[in-house]
Amino acid sequence: MLEDLLFQLELGLPQVVLGLVNGAFYALLSLGLAVIFGMLNVINFAHGAQFMMGAFVAWMMLNWLGIGYWPALVLAPLVVGAFGVVLEKTMISRLYKLDHLYGLLLTFGIALIIEGLFRNQFGSSGMPYSPPEILSGPPVDLGFMFLPKYRLWVVVAALVMSLVTWLVIEKTRLGAYLRAATENAALVQAFGVNVPRMVTLTYAAGVALAAFAGVLAAPIYSVNPQMGSSLIIVVFAVVVIGGMGSILGSVVTGFGLGLVEGLTKVFYPEASSTVIFVIMAIVLLARPAGLFGRA
Amino acid sequence: MAQDRRSLLKGAAAAALVPALGAIPARARAQGSTTLKIGVLNDQSGVYRDVSGPGSVACVRQAIQDSGIAAKGVNVEVVFADHQNKADVGSTIARQWIDRDGVDVIVDVPNSAVALAVNAIVREKNKAYFNSTGATTDLTGAQCSPNTVHWTYDTYMLAKSTGGAMVKTGGDSWFFITADYAFGHALERDTTGFVTGAGGKVLGSVRHPLQSTDFSSYLLQAQQSRAKVIGLANAGTDTINSVKQAAEFGVTRRGTKIAVLLMFINDVHSLGLKAAQGLVCTESFYWDLNERTRAFTNRVKGNMGGQYPAMSHAGCYASVLHYLKAVADMGAPAAKASGAEAVARMKAMPTDDDCFGAGQIRADGRKLHPAYLFEVKTPEESKGAWDYYKLLQTTAADEAWRPLAQGGCSLIRT
Repeated sequence: MLEDLLFQLELGLPQVVLGLVNGAFYALLSLGLAVIFGMLNVINFAHGAQFMMGAFVAWMMLNWLGIGYWPALVLAPLVVGAFGVVLEKTMISRLYKLDHLYGLLLTFGIALIIEGLFRNQFGSSGMPYSPPEILSGPPVDLGFMFLPKYRLWVVVAALVMSLVTWLVIEKTRLGAYLRAATENAALVQAFGVNVPRMVTLTYAAGVALAAFAGVLAAPIYSVNPQMGSSLIIVVFAVVVIGGMGSILGSVVTGFGLGLVEGLTKVFYPEASSTVIFVIMAIVLLARPAGLFGRA
Repeated sequence: MAQDRRSLLKGAAAAALVPALGAIPARARAQGSTTLKIGVLNDQSGVYRDVSGPGSVACVRQAIQDSGIAAKGVNVEVVFADHQNKADVGSTIARQWIDRDGVDVIVDVPNSAVALAVNAIVREKNKAYFNSTGATTDLTGAQCSPNTVHWTYDTYMLAKSTGGAMVKTGGDSWFFITADYAFGHALERDTTGFVTGAGGKVLGSVRHPLQSTDFSSYLLQAQQSRAKVIGLANAGTDTINSVKQAAEFGVTRRGTKIAVLLMFINDVHSLGLKAAQGLVCTESFYWDLNERTRAFTNRVKGNMGGQYPAMSHAGCYASVLHYLKAVADMGAPAAKASGAEAVARMKAMPTDDDCFGAGQIRADGRKLHPAYLFEVKTPEESKGAWDYYKLLQTTAADEAWRPLAQGGCSLIRT
């Protein structure tokens, strides 16, 4: 009996660790979505495409300009963030007064166009991108499993980035302005804060978070034009479960659902792509505002 | 009643066509030419775009040019469309092409589900169908058709070449990572047959949803099974992600081998040699195989958007080239009138082309040529871009494919 349990544990523990790594990506992506939805009330369907752009920009920097992984980790989000600024200024800002649905449709269309352009340029099977020298090499022995160094780094980077985002929004003056602007934009503007610019930069920051996750993903997943669309649906489920717009909610549920998914892959792998949606349905029935959302 | 309505519709369609037919053949006859239309139906926008897509269209155009058919007074047009990997979309396009646009031949058709749907339509309309990128052996088995030639590869040939070779070199215990749909199941089943037949055993398998991104969990389960070989019964980005992550986790570093059951050269290009080195896979064409394949590649690669031709592209080229030889032999009007007749003529003539060399088409529609087992080179061994494979072993044409009697094809009288 005890042996049986130990065997299950030996089988399960590595999967928990791997689940956390996937959860790190869910957390980072849903974080950006939550920031954008919380502040702008826009459901950013282009998030997956922007994640993919992050990975591709890193690839372009390496292959065209000789810029390695570490600088790309900073530069690629800036480039994609700048692209976000253009998007927000020229298109998305026109939709704030309309129903959510319009923002959703617009960003969905943008996502399709971006993916189509990349597919046309780079083909469908993708590009190679190697992890940086220090993080490649033999996997680390954790006692119960061997974990590649790069995956450890992903978890650390995602946790730090989540913490920083949370701190900025909850604990700084800038964050206070942002939250105030969400409640009453006109009043905040009356105090002399440039609300439209703040909104633009918030969108850019959300987009940059997606691109950051994209660069993190490039050495693990195949860098291809559809890499975002396969993740984004899951990430939306994460955001809904966590509560739309809740920062803490998206981080906690991101890691939590990564874990649940990881365990499903051991016990019933066929359901691993659906388990998150089953949880979403249950949560929506029991708590329509999500686990951490305010009704 | 249904009969009546159909003949009525036929009559109406014929009546509608009369003015057009009246005008064009007069001119055509004056020049003594017939127009044949070839439709390339494949994935132009999804995961199989690189192994089919625009590259297949370029190869079909190359075949028309190389055949010199224009000099014989036959005009050949090419159309292409995106089936989006959906059987219903593929069927609709195939019907429109044949009924409305006068398409005589449909070529390529990746994705086994779409491949089988189109197979039935082409047979019903008595046109010709050359499948290059589909994998299912059903095309020459239970659903074989006198209008169909299955050219490049199938699950049986992949399983036999890769599976058989791995067992022979000591890989006698297997764990499968399988895409959870018809193609993956078939590939796993066929490979299991060869593994157990050669005295090996299968320790377990895991089925993952199509287009997964993270395979680390499955790879770990495979390692825990202590199998000597991890068989990847999946395709496209699923395969790429599996291999990439296997390299990341250092799976092969501890002696476990990875058998990629279906891989195209574009997948290797996408992985990069660092992650792909040492993998073993089976193809029926490689651009650097011999003088003829290199000559073909040099002719066509300028039109392929920077890609090198994969075996699926080569199959599109070779099948159309052979068809046009049959057309020249039997006359374009006869080939246009009956797809089954044209395919019968193709089966009667031996094939010979730059991509696959000399070969033949069997009665059930299976094209016969050797299967090559390749190993992916290390970055040091590779002399430049697309120099990826070294040849390990060749399975002769008469041994590589499923024996005629085992397929259950109704065209074969036993």
